[in-house]
Amino acid sequence: MRVRVVGAGPSGLYLAILLKKADPAHEITVLERNAPDATFGWGVVFSEETLGALRDADYPTHLEITDSFARWSAIDIRYQGQVLRSTGHTFSAIRRTHLLDILQRRARELGVALRFDTEVAAEESAEDVDLVVAADGANSALRRAGSFGTTSRPQGCKYVWFGTDLVFDAFTFIFEQTEFGLFQVHAYPFDEHTSTFIVETTEQTWRRAGLDTMSEQDSIAFCSELFASHLDGHRLMSNRSVWLDFPLVRNRSWHDGNVVLVGDAAHTAHFSIGSGTKLAMEDAIGLANGFVRHPGSVEQALVDYELERQPVVDRFQQAAGDSAAYFGRVRHYQSLAPIQFAFNLLTRSGRISHANLTQRDPQLIRVLDAWFTATATGQTALPGSVAPPPMFAPLRLGEKTVRNRIVRVGGPAGGAGLVLTGLVAVSAEGRTTEDCPVMDDSWAPHVAGVHAAGALAGLRLGHAGRRGAVRSSGVDVALRAGWPLVSASPLRYAPFGAVPAELTEQGMERVRAEFVTAARRAAAAGFDVLELDLADGYLLASFLSPLANRRTDVHGTDRLRFPLSVVDDVRAVWPGVLAARLTATDWARGGLGVAEGIEHARALAEHGVDLVHVRAGHSSGTSRPEYRRGYLTTLSDRIRNEAGVPTLVGGYLTTPDEVNTVVAAGRADLCLFEPPPTPLEAVP
Amino acid sequence: MSHVRVGIGLPNTIPGTPGALLVEWARRADTGPFSTVAVLDRLVYDSVDPFAALSAASAVTERVRLATNIAIGPLRSPAMLAKQALSVDALSDGRLTLGLGVGARRDDYAAAGVDRRTRGAVLSEQLAYLRGQLDESGVGPARPPVELLVGGASGAAFARVARYADGYAHGGGPPRAFGSAAARARAAWRDLERPGEPILWGQGYFALGDPDRGSAYLRDYYAFTGPFAEKIAAGNLTSARAVKDFVRGYEAQGCDELILYPTVADLDDLARLVEVLA
Ligand SMILES: Cc1cc2nc3c(=O)[nH]c(=O)nc-3n(C[C@H](O)[C@H](O)[C@H](O)COP(=O)(O)OP(=O)(O)OC[C@H]3O[C@@H](n4cnc5c(N)ncnc54)[C@H](O)[C@@H]3O)c2cc1C
Repeated sequence: MRVRVVGAGPSGLYLAILLKKADPAHEITVLERNAPDATFGWGVVFSEETLGALRDADYPTHLEITDSFARWSAIDIRYQGQVLRSTGHTFSAIRRTHLLDILQRRARELGVALRFDTEVAAEESAEDVDLVVAADGANSALRRAGSFGTTSRPQGCKYVWFGTDLVFDAFTFIFEQTEFGLFQVHAYPFDEHTSTFIVETTEQTWRRAGLDTMSEQDSIAFCSELFASHLDGHRLMSNRSVWLDFPLVRNRSWHDGNVVLVGDAAHTAHFSIGSGTKLAMEDAIGLANGFVRHPGSVEQALVDYELERQPVVDRFQQAAGDSAAYFGRVRHYQSLAPIQFAFNLLTRSGRISHANLTQRDPQLIRVLDAWFTATATGQTALPGSVAPPPMFAPLRLGEKTVRNRIVRVGGPAGGAGLVLTGLVAVSAEGRTTEDCPVMDDSWAPHVAGVHAAGALAGLRLGHAGRRGAVRSSGVDVALRAGWPLVSASPLRYAPFGAVPAELTEQGMERVRAEFVTAARRAAAAGFDVLELDLADGYLLASFLSPLANRRTDVHGTDRLRFPLSVVDDVRAVWPGVLAARLTATDWARGGLGVAEGIEHARALAEHGVDLVHVRAGHSSGTSRPEYRRGYLTTLSDRIRNEAGVPTLVGGYLTTPDEVNTVVAAGRADLCLFEPPPTPLEAVP
Repeated sequence: MSHVRVGIGLPNTIPGTPGALLVEWARRADTGPFSTVAVLDRLVYDSVDPFAALSAASAVTERVRLATNIAIGPLRSPAMLAKQALSVDALSDGRLTLGLGVGARRDDYAAAGVDRRTRGAVLSEQLAYLRGQLDESGVGPARPPVELLVGGASGAAFARVARYADGYAHGGGPPRAFGSAAARARAAWRDLERPGEPILWGQGYFALGDPDRGSAYLRDYYAFTGPFAEKIAAGNLTSARAVKDFVRGYEAQGCDELILYPTVADLDDLARLVEVLA
């Protein structure tokens, strides 16, 4: 087979090595535009699992790579003048030029032709060889020549990749507040003399600091001064180190004819999870294995390669996206206590949870758990304290204490701290289905039952608005003979649904009174928590969303006005904990966005709401939810930390570990816990 | 872990399949270990209409359920779709499971004269019709509610599952891909406050006698997906072990009903599958 590899980065060189090793008869040429010893960046991190794969694929290079590794096991988090160290991790790193040197030598030794200072143009024909490998990095030129369904867009913050002669002894995150905003550093050693030192900040802060117009020298001077106390007299070094955007690259297909993409040309993973080189080299292994399985067919080998690698890469890109987004909003976490800030940072990408960390770093988790419970109970944790996992810490809400962080809907309590009812309507007109209960004086026995089980009792109170008068089977299927509906504007919710009447001022007066009467009844029944439903496209939500509220009166310009007036009137008569279900985003074009959702949460808190139950979508029947695991968690995180109000979140949290992680990281205060049924529980 | 039921596809989309073979296939499936006989839907292709195929199957079967998995809803008007579905359900005495989706092919929409851009909204409307309007429409035969599945991979598709259907029909792939789609279906179910759990259907392709022929068919059938046709062909189950691993994998991911579709219209291949599943 004749193979042309374009790009002598880790993926291109490693692939050349593996193919040549598998069959010395292959004619392989690697073309690289730069000189052999010229490359961008400094050192890169590897993880343990990668090393196993490298050992199996090519032992000699594995040996050389691991021999030159800098290794360490700690993560340091320098935050608000403190240093928190988490241990039990395994890191190794290598200088990029050194890694490339090892790979170049091995490739030459095996008989691969390496041509440097040779730039390949996109138009160059692929017909004279059997296989063209586009290993030419994130800005791949070759990719432009084929049809791969490429998307590339900036992800996360502005960053600059420096080196320093200060040798860190941990993966070090540094957070420094400045007059312009927050800057953070990702630093780690990669040999006996040098460390990588990546500085990152939001575009806004970057501009405010004037970095957009600074020369390379001035920007080094700026960063050196900003991090002087951390650099301890050492210097920052540049290697064409300019401020950049990190491109998120995706391709629908990784091959087109006999041109195949590997490494960054195929996909990038934000540097904050340090996996790009690993993925690039694993691509090479996957592709080389494809040819082992299908020696006769380039097409089959390429299909195999894609089938094997795409799902793995998807998961890393997901985690990398979460991590990049975290660093984009980390400025909002500056009021978290250091231990919580650290846990939040460590669990940012979803790959590490409370349970994983309990294994890796039991001391950190013990201290975190003890701190969490102590804080929740208004105490200070003493050295050596132990406490149950965070989900079992009580939560003080207004005058009430929830015994733990678990919330259930319906009942029985099953160990939960708070049991919420399903929707109870303020009036017959406000029901969803004919089975939907209307608030009356019959709830005291229910409340007594919940209290007897040790939980607080919450009532979800609402008015279905234009989602009313539907059948009990399915959702939003109109009843044959329903009742008149009201909403912010006369727009039907779902196909064949009735068109609601626009709620008049008089109607608003009536609905407010109904909420107040129902709240009084809830108090009389002994409920601890009253949850007003301002979400899911119901009546109050219809005022909040631009998709449902097309009014031209004052309620069109001030969409919060009516819902807040209901909150105010209820707050005046309701003595207990007041919660509100709130739509953080409509997840629909032209709908409510997260920024506005956060504003709404802030307004609710100002009007006496103690807890926001974070919901999303359903303001119209055409929202596009993204139902991945914990899909509401980030929204809750943002509301809690940006609007500064306690939150309750669901989103299909099915394991205690998820709940522990969410609450310990400060992403929510309470979690709706929804374990799937299991046959284990059918066994007596 | 609950037990997965295995259903068999009819070769209604394999070009050139004689009608008699299709019917015989259904008859034998009814005697086999299969829970369901299922069909796919394509308009611009050498294939038999899904409802016609199931009608024929209903006449020679007594036990198995009959399923479209999926039929491309928007190609038909809501009333026409309902008529066809209710008819099969009546002919089979209530054995129909109606799986609906938007399909993936432009030419099907063009040939049907239907605007493809609004397909999602049209499917929602169809589902709402089947769930509601239908009973006052006069379109019969009058039947108790038919079991409904919805397919698709977008957030909107999962919301449709939870809003209108009884379960989710996955489009195929390795067990792990099914598992992550199943988790989304369950999440959507909770999100829309449906009681219980969605029914989860999976599917795969097999060719045990002549794998090359089977894979050639898949390449042709999925040619419209461009590079993905090869990937789908690579997923064809061509050995007893592959079938067994696949079934086990789907079971582990909580699949309730797994349909295995033939890629070669040969009764011997059906017999081979029966043997593998025995
Ligand atoms: C700030 C930062 C920090 C990172 N940290 C880590 C880390 O800690 N751990 C980790 O695993 N990954 C890290 N990465 C990612 C890692 O650098 C890449 O994922 C990895 O280098 C990808 O390897 P590659 O071979 O695909 O591409 P590259 O390394 O980009 O190599 C592509 C090569 O192709 C050459 N080339 C480009 N175009 C042409 C052309 N037209 N003709 C000829 N040659 C061409 C280039 O000169 C280059 O040598 C980091 C990335 C960044 C930006």
